[in-house]
Amino acid sequence: MKFSEQTEARLARLIESRPPGHLRSALVPMLLFIQDEVGAITPEVVEEVCQRLGVSRRDVEEVVSYYSMLRRKPAGRYHIQICTNISCMLVGGAELFEHACRKLGIGHHGVTEDGMFSLEEVECIGACCWGPAMQVNYDYHHHVTPEVFDRLIEQLRDNGGKARER
Amino acid sequence: MLHPEPHPAEVVLLTRRFRLPDSASIGTYLATEGYQAFRKALAMTPEEIIEEVKKSNLRGRGGAGFPTGLKWSFVPRNSPKPKYVVANADEGEPGTCKDRLLMQYDPHSLLEGMLIAARAVDARAGYIYIRGEYRYLIEILDRAIEEARRHGLLGRNILGSGMDFDIYTHSGAGSYECGEETALLESLEGKRGVPRLRPPFPATSGAFGCPTVLNNVETFCSVPPIILRGGLAFAGLGTPKNGGTRLFAISGHVNRPGVYELPMGFNLLRMIHEVAGGVRGGRKLKAVIPGGSSCPVLRAEECDLPMDFDSLARAGSMLGSGGVIVMDETTCMVKAAARILRFYARESCGFCTPCREGTQWLAQVLTRLERGHGQRGDVEVVRDVARNMLGRTFCPLGDAAAMPALSFIEKFRDEFEAHLEGRPCAAEEVALHA
Amino acid sequence: MPELIRLTIDGRSVEVEPGTLVIEAARRVGVKIPSFCYYEGLSLAGACRMCLVEVEKMPKLQTACTLVATPGMVVRTDTPQVAEARRAMVEFLLTNHPLDCPVCDKGGECELQDMAFRYGAAESRYLEAKHHVPEQQWSPVVFYDRPRCILCYRCVRVCDEGMGVGALGVVNRGGRSEIAPNRGDHLECDECGACIDICPVGALTSGMYRYQTRPWEMNHVGTICAFCADGCKTTLGVYHDRIMRGNNRDRSGLNGEFLCIKGRYAADFPHHPARLSRPLVRQDGELRPASWLEALSLVEARLREALAAGSPIGVIGSNHTTNEENYFLQKFARQWLKTNHLDHQRTGDVPALASALAGREGTLASTEDLYTARAVLVVGADLAQQHPLLSWQIRANWRHHRARIYVVTTGPVREDRYAARSVRVEPGGELEGLLALAEALRAEPDLVILFGDAIQGEDVARLVAFGDSLGIPVKYVCLVDYANSRGAADMGLLPDLGPGYQPLERPGMTLEEMLECPDLAVLWVVGANPLIGRQRPPSRFLLVQDLFLTETARLADVVLPAASAYEKDGTVTNVCGEVQRLRKVVAVAGVKTDLEIFSLLACRMGFQKDPVGWETVLREIADAVPGYRLSVPALLAGAPQRTHFASQASSSRRGKVRSARDTLFTSGTLGRFATILSQVREAPGALYRG
Ligand SMILES: Cc1cc2nc3c(=O)[nH]c(=O)nc-3n(C[C@H](O)[C@H](O)[C@H](O)COP(=O)(O)O)c2cc1C
Ligand code: SF4
Ligand code: FES
Repeated sequence: MKFSEQTEARLARLIESRPPGHLRSALVPMLLFIQDEVGAITPEVVEEVCQRLGVSRRDVEEVVSYYSMLRRKPAGRYHIQICTNISCMLVGGAELFEHACRKLGIGHHGVTEDGMFSLEEVECIGACCWGPAMQVNYDYHHHVTPEVFDRLIEQLRDNGGKARER
Repeated sequence: MLHPEPHPAEVVLLTRRFRLPDSASIGTYLATEGYQAFRKALAMTPEEIIEEVKKSNLRGRGGAGFPTGLKWSFVPRNSPKPKYVVANADEGEPGTCKDRLLMQYDPHSLLEGMLIAARAVDARAGYIYIRGEYRYLIEILDRAIEEARRHGLLGRNILGSGMDFDIYTHSGAGSYECGEETALLESLEGKRGVPRLRPPFPATSGAFGCPTVLNNVETFCSVPPIILRGGLAFAGLGTPKNGGTRLFAISGHVNRPGVYELPMGFNLLRMIHEVAGGVRGGRKLKAVIPGGSSCPVLRAEECDLPMDFDSLARAGSMLGSGGVIVMDETTCMVKAAARILRFYARESCGFCTPCREGTQWLAQVLTRLERGHGQRGDVEVVRDVARNMLGRTFCPLGDAAAMPALSFIEKFRDEFEAHLEGRPCAAEEVALHA
Repeated sequence: MPELIRLTIDGRSVEVEPGTLVIEAARRVGVKIPSFCYYEGLSLAGACRMCLVEVEKMPKLQTACTLVATPGMVVRTDTPQVAEARRAMVEFLLTNHPLDCPVCDKGGECELQDMAFRYGAAESRYLEAKHHVPEQQWSPVVFYDRPRCILCYRCVRVCDEGMGVGALGVVNRGGRSEIAPNRGDHLECDECGACIDICPVGALTSGMYRYQTRPWEMNHVGTICAFCADGCKTTLGVYHDRIMRGNNRDRSGLNGEFLCIKGRYAADFPHHPARLSRPLVRQDGELRPASWLEALSLVEARLREALAAGSPIGVIGSNHTTNEENYFLQKFARQWLKTNHLDHQRTGDVPALASALAGREGTLASTEDLYTARAVLVVGADLAQQHPLLSWQIRANWRHHRARIYVVTTGPVREDRYAARSVRVEPGGELEGLLALAEALRAEPDLVILFGDAIQGEDVARLVAFGDSLGIPVKYVCLVDYANSRGAADMGLLPDLGPGYQPLERPGMTLEEMLECPDLAVLWVVGANPLIGRQRPPSRFLLVQDLFLTETARLADVVLPAASAYEKDGTVTNVCGEVQRLRKVVAVAGVKTDLEIFSLLACRMGFQKDPVGWETVLREIADAVPGYRLSVPALLAGAPQRTHFASQASSSRRGKVRSARDTLFTSGTLGRFATILSQVREAPGALYRG
């Protein structure tokens, strides 16, 4: 498999920064960076990573299944992760998540039919003082009320639609 | 994320650059004494550096509060193996969001702290292990590292001193347990985040089987001021045995949630009522988790105490990672406990029996209770299961799950009983009378 | 001698070597500390938390399986706190356990059952829904039932560390953690079943044994595996005269608990439908069933004719028959049939090594030596495929003692992964390849050299000269293929050497020559299949004794159905020259042991009055065969006995030496009738095969 120049550069830097004889050390970030481009850890990605790092398929499967950000199936164009952990919960995180489910018509780990949105109830994302918090792809959104959420969704839907037309 | 001005009670030491324009750039950093501490350290012997850190009474900001200077002194002097410095930027403890700000607003102070540590133990390379969700911080840190390299502060023959050292970022991919130091090292080596047997400790056998200094981001960020101003000056900011300032993340039911830099030993009630603007809506304070979700909860009347490791230990709780979670009288303690336990059940690595099975069990029973499907004996089961985990798991995550379960039940037992019997609990009573 | 460490366990004082774990120290004074994940010889886990103990001055309970004893340590395992912790761990383990003990294969020999019985709670307080995962089949050999699994990781570690395969991993996390095979939904591995036997519960079960019987319904008989030359002890479980499984969980025998797929699961060939159960006699060109009387009379008549006419008789012996049978056969041939035309299919040049090492004591490596030697050199063999026990021993030596391993082979082998040096050579270049290692080897304190058929004839002497040139103590293993290949050579099934490699004045024909010789009146083939892919030899009468109608048997004039190794008593000698006792495990109707057949014929022909028993022959061997001065009582009691090359003689007639190139999943004729071997999907390793 060949990835975009940007991803390849990132992977190259990753590999360079490993101590000699410890290529495997690149495994976790490598999977995440590749997932960012491919959308999921597909069997081909597993194979590719085995090749690049000289590790066994078992080693990769063990890791892929352990880390919660790594996934086997692609998420939506906009992957929405809402924190419902204690600090966020105290200020309405759980209600926000329920609202999102209703709004998007999907549940935890769901993807909308048009592939635009996917939803995940996540654990603390380090935004406890600015809850309810969520991430869309890697972008943080703080103090998200249902109204803020709805506006954001409309905006993303617009953007996404446009991106698709192009 | 920042309030426009620091609160008057704050002692801005680690956060002093936060509000400067372009605070993350090396230009701003250098203009504000940046890398002066490292230059000073270059002229010191490793022993002197460690001595200074010991004098500062700096205790690890990652949770356990282990004296940092002592930890560094465990790294063997004349090991033939290369040595490493690892920054723990996994920040996963619910209620904690301070390292994020340090890296976002002042990434160079982390690099400088790591450089000084490298100097103290003669390390060859450093890794910053950043939780996968903090992707944007990787960009910021990579930029800072690049700047530092261009200024000859990282790489070969740093500032002509003959010292070789470089720093690299490393991303996690979603796992709270990877914040535990040995699980982090496993993850750094490309494996599952399952902790290692200790001994050997990371100081003698850490990253890649080599001696390793591993500290929290805030711990490293505290080092430059210590070297620059002297350990005693830093120690003087806090209480005896608890040196310096600390970044407290105050979240939950307060008017001005946020991250505040306060001296160690600052009074918790003052923190809530004064610094964080008091309880939201003028409600009554009900409970506080003083140091991140794994610390035993305190009842409101227990909160008049200084926030340092020892005082909290005396109060039966912990300072942990400095995440102060404030709950007012509307909070349902069963719901809070259930949510916290679901977190630990999802994040247990599953390696050892009591944590793997115990966290699931606790989460299941508490969730049932929360939803009104309690059964007779449930409260005893939660208490016994938590007790059976406590002190018996392979790593501290098991304790981190058991402690909140135990303390919530111990301190708010009647609320659990109410859920069990279908009576309105205290939180509902408040709602009814509102 | 390092100073011993004294500590106290439950009030009992004990002295142990530095580095000893508390769980082991406790065992010494008879204090049993329960554990699941701790397993002697494997890396430490500390995962199950069953072994928690109280230690003075330590605030928390400690895991005895990871705690190293220190001077003055005071350990208590008998306090209420410890009892409570144990009860709690059993309770935790049972939360998601299905408790389907009545239908579980492990019932009756399950460690979890035993722990629950000893330390557990009478009733479970777990009322939540149990996590259910359907059972998975990973291979014809291995099945996995996640709900029963207690995640002790013994299987993962034995596969990684013991076997050097690493086919098992842990996937998912928390309560969803499970063991997973290396190929997604199936296994690609040695299929050795070590994971199944090491599993303390019924999470891993075997395709052969599952749902067949209950452990307590079986008879358990310890004998020596019938397949390769390594001589593993296997304890066969027998139910209604059928072999259900093999294992060596009691760690007796020179293999400890090690067994490969053959030792554990390939013991079904005795009951194979194609098994011969009646003698066959050729009539009008066809083989027809006959009575033993009829068949033996015919053989007797042909042998008498040949003897009377002074026509030559040829005898080909077996790599599978016992030492007693081999010894008796060579006596029959030489003493009574007056022929030296005697040979067997040679799979390694043992006679050449015997002559190179003749008279030198202590130069044959034992199985144990492979675990204790400081350095090991493998020349021209794929041990993991052909000598799984030797491979295991070397791996354990590397893991436990950091032994240095050297390899000279034509292709990659498993040993490469931990070898200090691996040298690749063209076929035939093995001896030369050694030179590259000379310097490194000279620096070793001692060495064991194992060599395959790549080194034979004169090259064996050269190899020994190379060993001598190193200036360090060197021991050797000449690799041979089958359960008693070594015994066949030692007992003198050779044209030029008698028992114990004593040279003969008038050497006879080699196997190849016999197969070509037009003058033979009788060719007598015992337990061998030399005619595979060949024409019928020109000899006038062909007598074959075997278990199955092999290619050779098909061409015979008389076929006598023989008993297999699992159907008789006797002794066999393994590749390292260690003699061990075979025990009769099952009886199969219609067959006779080879010794019975020889003995009956000898009686009929008037060579002896009464049939002999195997023990009589064994005593004769111990008296008469140089290098076989065995302690017969010790042997009968089950202790392996070492032999050596005593004779001063050298071999004059070189027969063909060729390894059968078997793999983990083949084993000559026997392998073809062990059904499990043909069911696994792994491609047999190619190295040293073609
Ligand atoms: C389950 C668990 C999670 C942890 N997570 C973190 C974390 O996210 N960040 C951190 O700095 N330390 C974390 N720790 C503490 C580390 O194990 C370690 O003690 C710390 O990084 C050492 O640095 P310090 O001495 O500077 O505090 C965690 C510990 C446990 C048991
Ligand atoms: S306590 Fe045990 S299961 Fe829990 S995270 Fe630590 S090692 Fe894993
Ligand atoms: S609790 Fe939601 S970000 Fe920390």
